[in-house]
Amino acid sequence: MKIHEYQAKEIFASFGIPVPKGKIAFSADEARNLAAEIGRPVMVKAQVHVGGRGKAGGIKHCATPDEAYSNAENIIGMNIKGLIVRKVLVTEATDISHEAYVGIIVDRSAKKPVIMVSAEGGIDIEAVAAKTPEKIHKLHVDPILGMKSYQARQLAYKVYSNPETAKQAAGIILKLYRCFMEADASLVEINPLVTTPSGNVVALDAKINLDDNGLYRHPDYEKMRDVAPQEESENEAREAGLSFVGLSGNIGCVVNGAGLAMATMDLVKHYGGEPANFLDIGGSSNPEKVVTAMRIILRDSNVKAILFNIFGGITRCDDVANGIAKAVSEFRPSVPIVVRLTGTNETEGRAILAHAQIQGAETMVEVVTKAIALAGVA
Amino acid sequence: MGIFVDKKTRVVVQGITGRDGSFHARQMKEYGTAVVAGVTPGKGGTGLEGIPIFNSVAEAVEKTKANTSVIYVPASAAVDAIYEAADAGIQVIVCISEGVPANDMLKVYNYLKIKGVRLIGPNCPGVITPGVTKAGIMPGQIHKKGSVGVVSRSGTLTYEIVYNLTAKKIGQSTCIGIGGDPIIGTNFIDCLKEFQDDPQTEAIVVIGEIGGSDEEDAAAFIKKYVTKPVVGFIAGLTAPADKRMGHAGAIISGGTGTAPEKIKAFEAVGVPVAQTPAEVADLVEKKLAALYKKKAAKKTAKKTVAKPRPAAKKSVKTKSSTKKVVRKAAPAKKAKATKPAKVKKSKSKARLKKR
Repeated sequence: MKIHEYQAKEIFASFGIPVPKGKIAFSADEARNLAAEIGRPVMVKAQVHVGGRGKAGGIKHCATPDEAYSNAENIIGMNIKGLIVRKVLVTEATDISHEAYVGIIVDRSAKKPVIMVSAEGGIDIEAVAAKTPEKIHKLHVDPILGMKSYQARQLAYKVYSNPETAKQAAGIILKLYRCFMEADASLVEINPLVTTPSGNVVALDAKINLDDNGLYRHPDYEKMRDVAPQEESENEAREAGLSFVGLSGNIGCVVNGAGLAMATMDLVKHYGGEPANFLDIGGSSNPEKVVTAMRIILRDSNVKAILFNIFGGITRCDDVANGIAKAVSEFRPSVPIVVRLTGTNETEGRAILAHAQIQGAETMVEVVTKAIALAGVA
Repeated sequence: MGIFVDKKTRVVVQGITGRDGSFHARQMKEYGTAVVAGVTPGKGGTGLEGIPIFNSVAEAVEKTKANTSVIYVPASAAVDAIYEAADAGIQVIVCISEGVPANDMLKVYNYLKIKGVRLIGPNCPGVITPGVTKAGIMPGQIHKKGSVGVVSRSGTLTYEIVYNLTAKKIGQSTCIGIGGDPIIGTNFIDCLKEFQDDPQTEAIVVIGEIGGSDEEDAAAFIKKYVTKPVVGFIAGLTAPADKRMGHAGAIISGGTGTAPEKIKAFEAVGVPVAQTPAEVADLVEKKLAALYKKKAAKKTAKKTVAKPRPAAKKSVKTKSSTKKVVRKAAPAKKAKATKPAKVKKSKSKARLKKR
């Protein structure tokens, strides 16, 4: 799950990582009031779930509360990479004498968290990694032992020559590691980690991606979920225990299992069609899930045909067939539906479909080619 | 033979009184698996259809000599269940549970490595050695005993491919679903190593998907060490970037982990990649046919060379016939000789690269 900068800063602060003071504003008026409250020059920063906000004009320095008002007015409602800005962070402006980068992700091959630091902060770190990889210092941490102080110091001294700033940075790196593990993050990033002219080291920006699987033990983080309008179907699916990702094609796909669902989309493309979505109804065979799946897919007006590809294991074909029959009688869809059922209770499932006069297919290839043909004439 | 589970496998089911645990304990038993114990803390002393239930894995191991655990507990209890099994002396742990936090798995993985315990999963269908035993949730009846090893990051996609293999009368030595999470106990490489050493396995199917670099690592390993024919499949060609496709590990992030990269990696080491799941069985059929042809040629070469020898001394006539036979057999001999040479070459290449 992605969260906003201001939320990531709240989490950082709870782990003792220094961040500039700031508050969130939903209107230009609120932004002006917050700027007046801070009583110093401020930054107004767009809060959206994408990078490149600065380049898009979503981050502005404001010398006065009136400037904060006018900048916030411009930024709220702005479209950044397809996402509409609905709120801004108003935060005290910080004088900068040096910018560094610190980030932690999971190295899937090494099966360890890897910490990356660079003296080249503040800019696109991917570009640094591609052009001058030697400027990024990496360290793998044994997750059982956790990060040791000496490791944090070692990294800090690669970036900072002043012992006092290095000491502060090492402390921040240690806290960031604790944050990464304890918050169940899949990524934490401070870009830039700045040194002020007076020698304080501060996290000027904050990024955290949270592992969805860890959210059950962080109910306070779950509340940070902010669903963009175009993600509403995904969110509805998630709440119903389904996985859904919308695409731009015209063949709706309902499948059990993530791998089979991806392979089904690929097969649609292979035979000249375009998948409208990824949808995994999961392992259990609750007919209500099928009804929700149909509701979500039918909302997409591009969809010209819907295919079901079910390989029953724990999922029972008769349960899925009952769900399809129920959804069809409930929604009376105008687009054709074709269903392939194989595995546990397939005979019962096919009988239910035949009774409901829903078209069947024997194999994965057949269901895909039939759906493409049906979409063509619809 | 097969890998990871065989006739010596004695299963303890952790979470046996839960909905999934009790259902699949019965299913495994029906398939022929020696399900010797169940564990549910607080339900010790009871039983499920003749399977004794204990309060702890340690007790189950002590009383029943269980050596393999299958975990069906909720995600919030799964990590504790894995540690419990490992500390009780279980050798193979299969974790079916979905939704285990990745950062917990980092600790689990590194701990089990020290212990020398094999973990399959989490978020996986488990492992089956057809006709012998299964430790997991896959439908047993679609499998058939045979010589093809199957390893996959997916569940139902594996069933689809196994179903196609069985329909072509191609049996399987062992089928393993390693799981769809970013951090899993057993990777492709671990399975490839075992399949290469398993005498029952003649060919291997690797079913990958987007996310991470496990397929690329597998390709590098195949190039160095695997002499058995391998066929691949990669799901997710149409998956968009930065979206989690159901599996926690199936995500293209930072532009890496795409399907074309993985297909390229496989093809670069001579592993054909099927364009559709059904085509996997066709490719395996071809590979096996080529393998049998080669083996048959080897056999006839041995036979025909061996036969004339005692006769050779008898007369000049037979001597000439011997020459003929030897000449005929020569190409087969050559084929036999080229393979080890090839392997040597690629190995030395790999060594050079390392330097």
